[in-house]
Amino acid sequence: MYDKDYIEKINEKKKDWEETTVKKVTSKYPERYEKFYTNSNQEVDRLYTESDIQDLDYLEDLGFPGQYPYTRGVQPTMYRGRLWTMRQYAGFGNAEESNKRYKYLLSQGQTGLSVAFDLPTQIGYDSDQPLSQGEVGKVGVAIDSLKDMELLFNGIPLDKVSTSMTINAPASVLLAMYIAVAEKQGVSPEKLSGTIQNDILKEYVARGTYIFPPQPSMRLITNIFEFCSANLPRWNTISISGYHIREAGATAIQEVAFTLANGIAYVEAAINAGLDVDEFAPRLSFFFNAHNDLLEEVAKFRAARRLWARIMKERFKAKKPKSLMLRFHTQTGGSTLTAQQPDNNIVRVTLQALAAVLGGTQSLHTNSRDEALALPSEDSVRIALRTQQIIAHESGVAETIDPLAGSYYVESLTNSIEQKAREYIEKIDQLGGSPKAIEKGYIQQEIQDSAYRYQMDIESGRRIVVGVNKFQIEEEPPKGLLKVDPEVGRKQEEQLKELKSSRDNLAVQEALKELEAKAKTDENVMPAVIKCVKCYATLGEICDTLRGVFGEYKASVII
Amino acid sequence: MTQTNTIRVLVAKPGLDGHDRGAKVIARALRDAGMEVIYTGLRQTPEQIVEAAIQEDVDAIGLSILSGAHNFLFPKVVELLKKEGADDILVIGGGVIPDEDIPGLKEAGIAEIFTPGTPTSRIVEFIKENVKH
Amino acid sequence: MDLIQSVLNGEKRGIAKMITLIEKNAPEAIEALKQIYQHTGKAAIIGITGPPGSGKSSLVNQLTKKIRSEDKKVGIIAIDPTSPFTGGALLGDRIRMQELALDQGVFIRSMGSRGALGGLSRASYDAAKVLDAAGMDYVIIETVGVGQSEIDIVKLADIVALVLIPGMGDEVQAIKAGVMEIGDVFVVNKADKDGANRVVTEIEMMLDLNTEKDAARPPVIKTIATTGEGIDELNEHIKKYWHQIANSNELAKRRKERIRSELISITEDHILNQILSDKSSKIDSMVKDIYEKKIDPYSAMELLIAPEK
Ligand SMILES: Nc1nc2c(ncn2[C@@H]2O[C@H](COP(=O)(O)OP(=O)(O)OP(=O)(O)O)[C@@H](O)[C@H]2O)c(=O)[nH]1
Ligand SMILES: [Mg+2]
Repeated sequence: MYDKDYIEKINEKKKDWEETTVKKVTSKYPERYEKFYTNSNQEVDRLYTESDIQDLDYLEDLGFPGQYPYTRGVQPTMYRGRLWTMRQYAGFGNAEESNKRYKYLLSQGQTGLSVAFDLPTQIGYDSDQPLSQGEVGKVGVAIDSLKDMELLFNGIPLDKVSTSMTINAPASVLLAMYIAVAEKQGVSPEKLSGTIQNDILKEYVARGTYIFPPQPSMRLITNIFEFCSANLPRWNTISISGYHIREAGATAIQEVAFTLANGIAYVEAAINAGLDVDEFAPRLSFFFNAHNDLLEEVAKFRAARRLWARIMKERFKAKKPKSLMLRFHTQTGGSTLTAQQPDNNIVRVTLQALAAVLGGTQSLHTNSRDEALALPSEDSVRIALRTQQIIAHESGVAETIDPLAGSYYVESLTNSIEQKAREYIEKIDQLGGSPKAIEKGYIQQEIQDSAYRYQMDIESGRRIVVGVNKFQIEEEPPKGLLKVDPEVGRKQEEQLKELKSSRDNLAVQEALKELEAKAKTDENVMPAVIKCVKCYATLGEICDTLRGVFGEYKASVII
Repeated sequence: MTQTNTIRVLVAKPGLDGHDRGAKVIARALRDAGMEVIYTGLRQTPEQIVEAAIQEDVDAIGLSILSGAHNFLFPKVVELLKKEGADDILVIGGGVIPDEDIPGLKEAGIAEIFTPGTPTSRIVEFIKENVKH
Repeated sequence: MDLIQSVLNGEKRGIAKMITLIEKNAPEAIEALKQIYQHTGKAAIIGITGPPGSGKSSLVNQLTKKIRSEDKKVGIIAIDPTSPFTGGALLGDRIRMQELALDQGVFIRSMGSRGALGGLSRASYDAAKVLDAAGMDYVIIETVGVGQSEIDIVKLADIVALVLIPGMGDEVQAIKAGVMEIGDVFVVNKADKDGANRVVTEIEMMLDLNTEKDAARPPVIKTIATTGEGIDELNEHIKKYWHQIANSNELAKRRKERIRSELISITEDHILNQILSDKSSKIDSMVKDIYEKKIDPYSAMELLIAPEK
């Protein structure tokens, strides 16, 4: 907080400056626009001063790294101690190919694995289902049974790597398979570290790979919380994701607001299921997007951290410091990449990665330049990883903690993002919480409106995207894009057939029956799921069993 | 009574990917351009799309895919339309589609492919100019 | 005519094409409607209306599944409002009926209200005639119960189901004011939510006040359209009601009313159109004369409709 008189004086002098010095220039050379906006449509002033952050209380609002309210970072030494985890999302085709890609990435200095699954896997269909046609192995690796999972991690010691799996609706099944593979390697569950995304709420609003209705989905999630807190203490049980909400068109403020609102819903569900907040909250993690508006993005990360700490403390009375910390993974914004002049994307990714690092991310995925065109090639993936390494080792931004703190503009943006996100959360509370707000279509509508406004701003030229609506050139179509082997689908089908004729089908039937029975009670389903995967029941069989009990979700379309 | 010629368009997402931002923005832009848009949502099979297009007697179908399954699913829709004798319906596609796939898709009967970055106004114009009334 | 035969055979393309002609106000539509008229009158026409998002489409979906299990064919017309500014519309009802998409005994058509004055109810009724002639046993028309023209449509149905939901507050009031009278069946959907029983009570109270002594009292049915709960009961009531009106002179009475208003409306339109197209220059000069007080509007009108000598 600042001295009132001094602030007065600054305001006076600023007014003076505007009326004399500035006016002299603007009367001859007007500014480029009448008003300026951030990427998220917040109005930006010409100049920020102490006056704009006069209510900021250093100790209360910023504090120190590793201390409440964690605005400046969750670890005491941040990147001076250890750099963020460089984690490239990868996985395509079949398990063997992906396994090769992982080994390559590990040999290149990557420090954690991140598994992408194909859409049939994400929606709980086997590769031989009619709806899977054309999709097998397309956006990630196809996993039909434990067999595929064994191949995927073949030769990778699971006690040595941390693995992040982008899996939501069938998260319990994939986690069960991971545990089973580890067991075969002789690695016990408590040694496993990694993350499952397991965030179903954002699937309903933004990403679309849901299976079951909200209620049983929330139950599966709390089952996982409970199971992991007893058996996999180092496992991050959920990655509450704003990434896809942003990709669907939300603003930075909406990204923070809707993600934390979902977070609140998970915490409430777990508490209602009888768990103690300090038991599971330390294992909650978050996943955000990084866009091009560098300073707004930095402010977004800082605001999210502060807001979450306050929510956990004030609303849920969490006590452990770890329960209050918003730890997050960041991925650069896929939707900001352009198909036009794709090499420009390297620069965009650099800005975005820088924002994530300046914002204090715990791990980072940098997109490859050709992602708007196809699956990334090996060259592009390497450049993307190198981008992180250059930021880490050459830019100097990792040498001190939260270097942008104290910037009038950044602190003022941090305040306004926290404030506006809070208002959204209040509105969502009034609607009965995030699941209700989703059911009413409120969140989808807000995102949809932002997405449409953004597109219209580009079309009207109010927003410039280099190479898309300005600075275009004639281009040769790009070459050397990666293609998924169209045979993958057929091969997976064959393997499935083989599996079904060689496994102990009686054991499978029994395990599935037991799962069905457990699903009908309110007991934890995890042990039954693990039993199923161990006798090689397929993902599709397991999910179908659950579909039979839980039903399937049908989205309402909000346009 | 005066005759009206409102263009009707079915916007559909075949395949399994849930990224419908583009499809929804386009649905809205087409509506704002005065068209009637029937939006059928996610996870549509080619069979469902074609059946809906016939019952709704649309002038055009807009398909959007981001998963990479376009080479299989787009031609399947056109093929089924032909089978039903409804190949006068204009079919356009969009999404993450590599340039090298475009000639093949056009040959299969997709009238135009719009890749990311295409202004919605171009899509509106294309439909207006190419639907058969 | 090919098209007619195709409609009468129940072929989807023919049905769809003919509805398009009707929507476009194409002259061929009238010729075609003349030809199919003899084949209409068999289907039971059910109107379903209620506030936005009350679950009408989900109910139509469930009800249709039920009716289909009795091996009857269903035609569905789902109407959404057209933007008065752009003329465009987003027609989103179909999405709730995806389960029916491939059922050969179901035909679903989405229509925009297209802003035609009074033309909406005509277009949707003409579309219903097409479905009727095509052999559908039921034709269900869904409209959003907000505007007068939408209410006009359902009023023309043989059976009207009004959908209400818990927690609507003012909207219940709005519904009460305009359309309570037209409901033959009341559906309280989203019965899984708090307050469903209160809505039922409110409706019952209203019915106590409004129902004439010996008139049949409309049933009030609780449903959960997302799970299908209460649909059996709804279906039973609709069937019962249908038998009741079909076996008394109630159905004939209703349909005659409908025919009367249809006849009046098409006559009105026809005359008006004729005058507008034949005498537009005369109207222009009359406007001028009326403005200059050379003649009053009523006398001008009399001149306008007087047969040409
Ligand atoms: N909880 C609950 N939700 C329902 C029920 N019936 C429908 N819904 C939900 O309500 C929303 C709207 O359903 P629709 O069937 O599209 O409603 P509608 O009245 O046709 O909507 P409009 O045509 O847009 O006016 C959807 O999200 C449905 O899933 C129900 O009985 N209970
Ligand atoms: Mg509806």
